[in-house]
Amino acid sequence: MRWGSNTWVGGSLVAIAIGVAVFAPWIALTDPVMDANLMNAELPPSWEFPFGTDAQGRDIYSRICYGARISLTVGVVSQICNSLIGVTLGLTAGYWGGWWDDFVSGLTNLMLAIPSLVFALAIMAILGPGLVSLVIALGLTSWSYSCRIARAQVLSLKSQGYVQAARILGYGDLRIMFTQVLPNILGPLIVIATLGMGGAILAEAALSFLGLGIRPPFPSWGSMLSEARDQIRAAPWLSVFPGLAIFFTVLGLNLLGDGLRDILDPQSQTRRA
Amino acid sequence: MSDKLPKKLPEKLPEKLPEKLLELDDLAVHFHVGSALSGGVKTLKAVDGVSLDIKPGECLGLVGESGCGKSTLALSIMGLQPPTRGHIRLNGHELSARDRMETARTVQMVFQDPYASLNPRQTVRRTLADPLRLHGVTNKTEVEHRVMDMMDKVGLRRDRADRYPHEFSGGQRQRIGIARALILQPKLVICDEPVSALDVSIRAQIINLLLELKDEMGLAYILISHDLGVVEHVSDRVAVMYLGRIVEQGGWQEIFEDPRHPYTRALIAAIPDPFHRADAKVARAKAHGEIASALNPPPGCHFNPRCPMKADRCVSEVPALEAVADGHRAACHFRNTVA
Repeated sequence: MRWGSNTWVGGSLVAIAIGVAVFAPWIALTDPVMDANLMNAELPPSWEFPFGTDAQGRDIYSRICYGARISLTVGVVSQICNSLIGVTLGLTAGYWGGWWDDFVSGLTNLMLAIPSLVFALAIMAILGPGLVSLVIALGLTSWSYSCRIARAQVLSLKSQGYVQAARILGYGDLRIMFTQVLPNILGPLIVIATLGMGGAILAEAALSFLGLGIRPPFPSWGSMLSEARDQIRAAPWLSVFPGLAIFFTVLGLNLLGDGLRDILDPQSQTRRA
Repeated sequence: MSDKLPKKLPEKLPEKLPEKLLELDDLAVHFHVGSALSGGVKTLKAVDGVSLDIKPGECLGLVGESGCGKSTLALSIMGLQPPTRGHIRLNGHELSARDRMETARTVQMVFQDPYASLNPRQTVRRTLADPLRLHGVTNKTEVEHRVMDMMDKVGLRRDRADRYPHEFSGGQRQRIGIARALILQPKLVICDEPVSALDVSIRAQIINLLLELKDEMGLAYILISHDLGVVEHVSDRVAVMYLGRIVEQGGWQEIFEDPRHPYTRALIAAIPDPFHRADAKVARAKAHGEIASALNPPPGCHFNPRCPMKADRCVSEVPALEAVADGHRAACHFRNTVA
């Protein structure tokens, strides 16, 4: 099995992000919350503060390190929830059809019609702010894309000879879905999931900005970005560095997703070999 | 054969062969198309009153134009398409009472398109071994032995077992498809246009392979094809279908040498004959026009709008499938007068 350059670059970026999150206490220069010092407020990047400081004089670099923990958790865990829900519903709806398909399609349309952020807001309002409720709120509200893609793919695969052959050989419905259908529709689903991770990181920013996500003073990339909004001209480093962190992480996830899709596809393996 | 499936499998080639392996009795499959909002619901009679039977070890050729219901009939026999009316009996058991697993070990199917009928994510080994495991062959060495044995039988090299379908050519893929159909040692194999997607140069190889396997494993075939050349070469008996009904059936010699239904004659006349070996009588029997829609079939004999011998009776009265000679039946009012 050969790994393409996508996988290496994407994997490295994601590994760095995860490394930063895990080792935040050791690589951060200062405490992200407690070391506020108004004397240092809004200093541009320097040797002492590599990414500058924010309005409270806290080190942006250290806050990004700690913020990685929240942003990555929210992005990855909520997207895994979304994919599990979406793929399960889409796969069964497409395969079984009938009233179940009507029900799932109706639900999907409902979810698509209401902006998922509004849904998430409602859930957050019920559960209250915090990391766990963030993951739940974002993990339950944007599965409609993967559901739609999964359903459409199943519909086109269902009449393929090998799915019929499996039924003729006596395979059960679940076995057919997991061994015959799912492996052949994974590619687009992985891409959707990795794209969604970036979306979830940004959605977390929006919720945090509204005061329903991570409460200040605790840092997350999204909330740092929203706090920096007003000073984008005066102190661009406030928004540039968290933005770059999000950019590289999402890029890494997308490249990794592409790479995984290629690795999982036996046809692309021999093409490269 | 030394390797047998577990006890659940009915014994292979018992002392007394059952008279009929498969029996179709007035089978009909109707679909409802359209909706009440868009011009009303119509009934599409894909299969309309087909009666057939297959004896063990026999090869029945099922012939007809595209859209005449051949493939629907096949799906129905496989239990994938519930019949609207009629009975399907396999080894004397009614379809509804049949266990799916039992059916899988008795009837299998070879598909038309070898590119779409193999899972691109499964190696040959997995494609062949999974069904065995599912049907209770758990011993690893036995599974391996049977997979390798089957690969030998269909002419695939053993060292190719861990390759994926896209690494094979069309003909080799069809061999994999045949291996998959035979791995459970069925008694009846439905071959749905098994060679029409293949290169002409490969067709003879696959047909010969099917014939060899038939003798070796005591198989019965239903060979669905619109290629009369293939059917003539392989079949013991031939059934001709037109718009969901069987219009003529009989031994291949009777069908090819003494066709009684004008549609059968038209089909035979349509076989390419570059050396002009056929006599002029058959060559004249061409059908004109297109096959009618199964949504709105013509009254009486379905073939009447295209028939060169159409009479008033053909429009008003549906001809029954009646005997011409022993085992040879045709559904034409003029079955005994045509010549």
